[in-house]
Amino acid sequence: MIPVIIAIVVVLLLVVFVVSVFNGLIRLKNRVDNAWAQIDVQLKRRYDLIPNLVETVKGYAAHESQTLEAVTQARNVAVAATGPKEQAQADNMLSGTLKSLFAVSEAYPDLKANQNFLELQEELTATEDKVAYARQFYNDSVQQLNTKIQTFPAVLFAGMAHAEKREYFEADDDSRGPVKVQF
Amino acid sequence: MYDQVGQNKRRTIVLMVVFVLFVAVVAGAFAFVFKLGPVGIVFALVFAGVSGFVGYWKSDSVALAMSRAKPADRQEYARLYNLVEGLCIASGLPMPRLYIVDDVAPNAFATGRNPKHAAVAVTTGLLEKMNRVELEGVLAHELSHIKNYDILVSTLAVTMVGIVALIADLAIRFLWWGGGRAFGDDRDNGGGPQAILALVGFVLLLFAPIIAQLMQFAVSRNREGLADISGVEMTRYPPGLISALEKLRDDQTVVHSASRATAHLWIESPIARDKEEGKLSRLNRLFDTHPPLEERIAHLREL
Repeated sequence: MIPVIIAIVVVLLLVVFVVSVFNGLIRLKNRVDNAWAQIDVQLKRRYDLIPNLVETVKGYAAHESQTLEAVTQARNVAVAATGPKEQAQADNMLSGTLKSLFAVSEAYPDLKANQNFLELQEELTATEDKVAYARQFYNDSVQQLNTKIQTFPAVLFAGMAHAEKREYFEADDDSRGPVKVQF
Repeated sequence: MYDQVGQNKRRTIVLMVVFVLFVAVVAGAFAFVFKLGPVGIVFALVFAGVSGFVGYWKSDSVALAMSRAKPADRQEYARLYNLVEGLCIASGLPMPRLYIVDDVAPNAFATGRNPKHAAVAVTTGLLEKMNRVELEGVLAHELSHIKNYDILVSTLAVTMVGIVALIADLAIRFLWWGGGRAFGDDRDNGGGPQAILALVGFVLLLFAPIIAQLMQFAVSRNREGLADISGVEMTRYPPGLISALEKLRDDQTVVHSASRATAHLWIESPIARDKEEGKLSRLNRLFDTHPPLEERIAHLREL
């Protein structure tokens, strides 16, 4: 009798173990997917803010039309971009044009005192941070998933859970190097 | 960096185990001195457990009310909300509730029972004196307290201090009303060593509350260092928190609505302290809930 009970307990423990490893894998996999979607959410928010910003600046600094045009154009390119690499490039372009827009606005005291402009500036700065953090979280999640599916015991069930190794989000060579400032 | 986090966690576990053992020893001493049998002990433990559970469930509203914190307005404190949202994205935490404490002293604390029921409170002084990166460093430290379940650890520590205090209190009352009998019985048994053991047990009971309190402080100091490091892991930018801690060090103002009871929650100890030197300061350090800011800054510089 006792050996039977021991056998049942061992089998039950094994089942619990397998289920928890499998569920852990699925959880991680979904987290990676969600982290990737979160980047897009933040990028979209950024695209939505830009037309407002352009309109606000136009009211105060109409002769900076060149800078404004560049921002609008960079935004449209970024919205249309497909694929992670192209998108990263377009986003870097957009960040650059936004920086020069904020630099130009320094010369307009009325604009800088405008509550709407200040709010938009805060929102855009925060959204850029959030994009960076979303990418960081994506990479952290990918690292966890990749480590898990390559190590014991999850390596045994990775195929069953359809968990595959994921690619990291990588900044392109331009944005990794030191920033060049031109006067 | 990851090593430091692991080391800190291990140290906390060791401290908690020592803590539990200490509670057991005190309870045992109580049973031995008064020949009570287990019933009284079980009753005391159940009582302490229930009060601890209630404390765990309600700890956030109590801490927030004690420090007169008001809910932060999304529009008015857009920067605060944005920074916390960003850090939550970086760490995968749910968004905590945000509160403002109207006080010129720069400080902040986190509370709640788990990440889903958490709150972060900052003083108006902190928002005024810190720039964006510094504020972000401080908020990352607070979110780390939530992520590392420090709130739970400190609640457990406080509960165990409560249990020890309760047992010691009972011991003193028993001795007052009829304790002579306990010692008399020992003499009847003719045990010299027995009487000595009872005396040792009694002395232990007398000092137990202070020792338990010191252990709670040690746990708290340990968690502060851990939150500094895992906060930096969130922002990936140590200079932000370093410069924030330097500002806190140079600032002499003290939070008015903080008390000894909530001291362990804040990012910097809200209790005013004179600069002391020599042996006295070493002894005093045992009673601190936070490691010295100088030491925390030095640790972060090493990363």
